[in-house]
Amino acid sequence: MDLLRLATAGSVDDGKSTLIGRLLYDSKSIFEDQLESIETTSANRGDEHTNLALLTDGLRAEREQGITIDVAHRYFATPERKFIIADTPGHIQYTRNMVTGASTADLAIILIDARIGIQEQSRRHSYIANLLQIPHFVLAINKMDLVGYSEDVFRQIKADYTEFAGRLDVHDLTFVPISALHGDNVVNRSANMDWYQGATLMHHLEEVYIASDRNMVDVRFPVQYVLRPQSTEHHDYRGYAGTVTGGVLRAGDEVMVLPSGLTTRIAKIETADGPVADAVSPMAVTVLLEDDIDVSRGDMICRVNNQPTVTQDLEAMVCWMSDSTQLRQGAKLAIKHTTRWARAVVKELRYRLDINTSHRDESVDHLALNDIGRVRLRTTQPILADEYSRNRYTGSFILVDEATNVTVAAGMIVDPT
Amino acid sequence: MKTQLSHLAMLEAEAIHIVREVAAEFERPCMLFSGGKDSIVMLHLAVKAFSPAPIPFPIMHVDTGHNFDEVIEFRDRRVAETGVRLVVASVQEAIDEGLVTEETGLRASRNRLQTSVLLDAIEKHRFTALFGGARRDEEKARAKERIFSFRDEFGQWDPKGQRPEVWNLYNGRHNLGEHMRVFPISNWTELDVWHYIRDENIEVPHIYYAHRREVFSRDGMWLATTPFLKLAESEQPQERLVRFRTIGDATCTGAVDSPATNIDQVIEEVAATRITERGATRADDRVTEAAMEDRKKEGYF
Repeated sequence: MDLLRLATAGSVDDGKSTLIGRLLYDSKSIFEDQLESIETTSANRGDEHTNLALLTDGLRAEREQGITIDVAHRYFATPERKFIIADTPGHIQYTRNMVTGASTADLAIILIDARIGIQEQSRRHSYIANLLQIPHFVLAINKMDLVGYSEDVFRQIKADYTEFAGRLDVHDLTFVPISALHGDNVVNRSANMDWYQGATLMHHLEEVYIASDRNMVDVRFPVQYVLRPQSTEHHDYRGYAGTVTGGVLRAGDEVMVLPSGLTTRIAKIETADGPVADAVSPMAVTVLLEDDIDVSRGDMICRVNNQPTVTQDLEAMVCWMSDSTQLRQGAKLAIKHTTRWARAVVKELRYRLDINTSHRDESVDHLALNDIGRVRLRTTQPILADEYSRNRYTGSFILVDEATNVTVAAGMIVDPT
Repeated sequence: MKTQLSHLAMLEAEAIHIVREVAAEFERPCMLFSGGKDSIVMLHLAVKAFSPAPIPFPIMHVDTGHNFDEVIEFRDRRVAETGVRLVVASVQEAIDEGLVTEETGLRASRNRLQTSVLLDAIEKHRFTALFGGARRDEEKARAKERIFSFRDEFGQWDPKGQRPEVWNLYNGRHNLGEHMRVFPISNWTELDVWHYIRDENIEVPHIYYAHRREVFSRDGMWLATTPFLKLAESEQPQERLVRFRTIGDATCTGAVDSPATNIDQVIEEVAATRITERGATRADDRVTEAAMEDRKKEGYF
């Protein structure tokens, strides 16, 4: 059984929480005490149906106000797969929440209200999902029951979205007509839409092929922790623990350690369960090198002929996530990239992107909460950078406000030169 | 070459990454250990994360004094086997010293007292990060919590002001007096935990398996008769074949009727059950709909 991480985007009005409730309910992942609890709450509030949205609204304020404030994580499994859903709120602080929920997603479900079609918000969600390079998109055209299960409505929305998606960099796009409220084509095939021959949403989630989404080419091993047991048994042991973030690491391979540029060979790859011949992303392993060279946390092990760019100048798209401060030229921030911390100064704010129109506004002097923009950064230490489009883990970073310690931005490296 | 990782291998790798990240970035981390299955799995992951070196931080048991003997025996055995240092934060001592006041009455519980004892211990030992075995599938407030969860100088959680958490770039920066709670098995479900216990052949206290025990019924749960609990007149003890789905304070952790005497039977039972583990066995979560959220804001696990 493998694991699929999915993010859902859409507003409360699109029926997103209802869809998640439906996926959990129809896959029998909801427990009786949970159901009883939401049935009671629904009845007390005078809701017409048992409000499945209550399953995902975990905080008191959310239930009281009927809104979703923060990303919630939900889990369910079928015999085929285990699923982790990051349920991101649609309308409040959507960029920050969606980036938080979707940064590691394999697949994005974008909900469209069949009565309304593609809205500004659908475009925003798609744009952010695309910016985060989520490999698979599913457009769930919801509330088909309210448009008489009309094939024409579905076809029109599909055509509209396909036209729009042509401007994005989407490689896998699937459309499913559903009614989350009544369960049509969510887990069970709809009896109301004979004209739809495709898979149900759940079937698609179970079958979509994700194994090739990882980078299996560029060997990247950021050193996380140096293991030096102070015992007689392991007197000379020096292991470099970390998570493989790209390529295939093999015992015997010639490797280079960055930023020093020293070369050696991998003597052994160890796990607590014993040595392994090779390791792929995202395995957590310990690497032993043949030569006794200086390696510490924040360094990166890669192949001699395939290295990230070692640079103190970064070009990146950033999502600004702070509601109390703004990004301005000259701002100094802490930066974390893989396992390395440094300081960074904003050399230039090139433009702010209007994600509704894709317009680049070069006249701005700051980015505020939920803004996305292109910046040039200068760092105090070299960053071992890949383009985000090549590797989501060696191409991403966070910026942290040094006064408050709060994470204020998520960054994606666009051209590391 | 094996390129496809199972979901358990992915969850294990994620948890090991988190544990190592904390050890690398925090001055004085500590791992909470209750003797329950989640903290047992978490400790097992910590052993794997640093093998062949020892675990580079202590573990802490917040001891309400209302224990199952089997669990304390188990705890001490695991401490001896791993060589990890054990810190005990005792609720009984805090009561004896007059630092906290015990609730009275039939339903007196030391659950809330744990929070202030925990926060005092964090301050005393100046811990900067505390690992907890909480899972997001357990409870709706936990479903909203970050893996690195910031606590202010009063130990409080602010659910509306959480730091964004993206990719695997965890931000543990904090000022003096503040700390971080870290949940390496956030993304595991109850069933994942049991599958992992089976695959890794991990020992758990035998009260997780079916055994005969004297219990009585309260609020639809079987509570064990212990010296710590007063029975109402209507509450009649009886012997039943039960097992525990969660292990915590003996006064508020209920047992379930079960014939599952081994790990495969437990997995089968958990896979088929239609009630959540907290709903079935934890009196502490039943107080109000937002009971867990309220306790977490105050600094609870």
